[in-house]
Amino acid sequence: MNVFKQLLGYRESASSEVAKKRLRFVLVQDRLHLSPDRMRQLREELIEVISKYVEIDRDGIDIVLTGDGRQNLLRTDVPVVRAKPE
Amino acid sequence: MSATVITITSGKGGVGKTTTTANLSVALAALGKKVVAIDADIGLRNLDVVLGLENRIVYDLVDVVEGVCRLRQAMIKDKRLNELYLIPAAQSRDKTAVSPEDMVELTDQLRDEFDFIFIDSPAGIEQGFKNAIAPADRVLIVTTPEMSAVRDADRIIGLIEAEEKGPGDLIVNRLRIDMIKRGDMLDTADVVDVLAINLIGIVPDDEAIIVSTNRGRPATLDNSLAGQAFRNIARRLLGETVPFVNLEEEQSFFKWISRLFRGSRKS
Ligand SMILES: Nc1ncnc2c1ncn2[C@@H]1O[C@H](COP(=O)(O)OP(=O)(O)O)[C@@H](O)[C@H]1O
Ligand SMILES: [Mg+2]
Repeated sequence: MNVFKQLLGYRESASSEVAKKRLRFVLVQDRLHLSPDRMRQLREELIEVISKYVEIDRDGIDIVLTGDGRQNLLRTDVPVVRAKPE
Repeated sequence: MSATVITITSGKGGVGKTTTTANLSVALAALGKKVVAIDADIGLRNLDVVLGLENRIVYDLVDVVEGVCRLRQAMIKDKRLNELYLIPAAQSRDKTAVSPEDMVELTDQLRDEFDFIFIDSPAGIEQGFKNAIAPADRVLIVTTPEMSAVRDADRIIGLIEAEEKGPGDLIVNRLRIDMIKRGDMLDTADVVDVLAINLIGIVPDDEAIIVSTNRGRPATLDNSLAGQAFRNIARRLLGETVPFVNLEEEQSFFKWISRLFRGSRKS
């Protein structure tokens, strides 16, 4: 298999590309100075606010810091179970 | 005359601060500038060895600060270049023996007599870094093109800006063209891109650096790719616009020359 990959000129994506992506990410974190403690706090308060309006699946919540190279993004995925009555 | 104080620093250790300090000091002295290089890495003295001046040390930086000797007595004159001096670090003391104020006072005493005062900083973000940065007019940040080194460089750049010594200029050291071509090393452009700071030099990974350290004769004094790279940085520090050489072409050209040379010696 490996021989075939080599013959076909197949290559996993260059490690420098991987490094660049990972570096971007880690620098976003470093520069924001958001400690794990503050992140937890942020998460709790987000849940609190969103839960006022919709019922959510707490275990499915995903909060990630990323960057797209131009700006830092705080991406939050919140699974909604059902609407709450007004 | 009023000297420019240039501090050479990094986040991660072992990326080439001492090598850079030695070579830039020598390169500027060779261009006729009056230069003094101060080793601020107390407890881990090394600049003396890289400059080949280790056997002439009597007094050191801490002796000056504590008033054990006069400043002049701790300044070792280089034997090759007329206007190059070294103030060595103490080997048996720790960083707390010197304060940022001491460093400012010491460099102020030297400013009138020199064109450039280089300070070789210890790695890290502690007291030693603060000492080295306190008197700086300019800061050069050294990194290698590796993730951990670049990350730590970013941290240091933040601290330099916090101390209002920024933004500083970047030197990317130990670049390997073969690895970049394979896609296995961050290119200078990538590093500059993520750090968002001005680039002042690119230095290839070069055996000549190790040979020159063995001999105590900085690479800028002889012909090598790394030596040339340091000479270019020196000229940029003087305000000249020196184009960045294409290391790939340079490397093959050097190989070609040295092969030619070796061939002609044999015949
Ligand atoms: N461009 C280079 N090519 C090859 N070796 C290098 C280069 N720059 C530094 N080195 C080597 O890397 C090691 C660490 O360098 P040094 O200047 O002492 O780093 P620092 O002062 O940042 O700890 C030394 O052994 C040195 O010879
Ligand atoms: Mg050093």
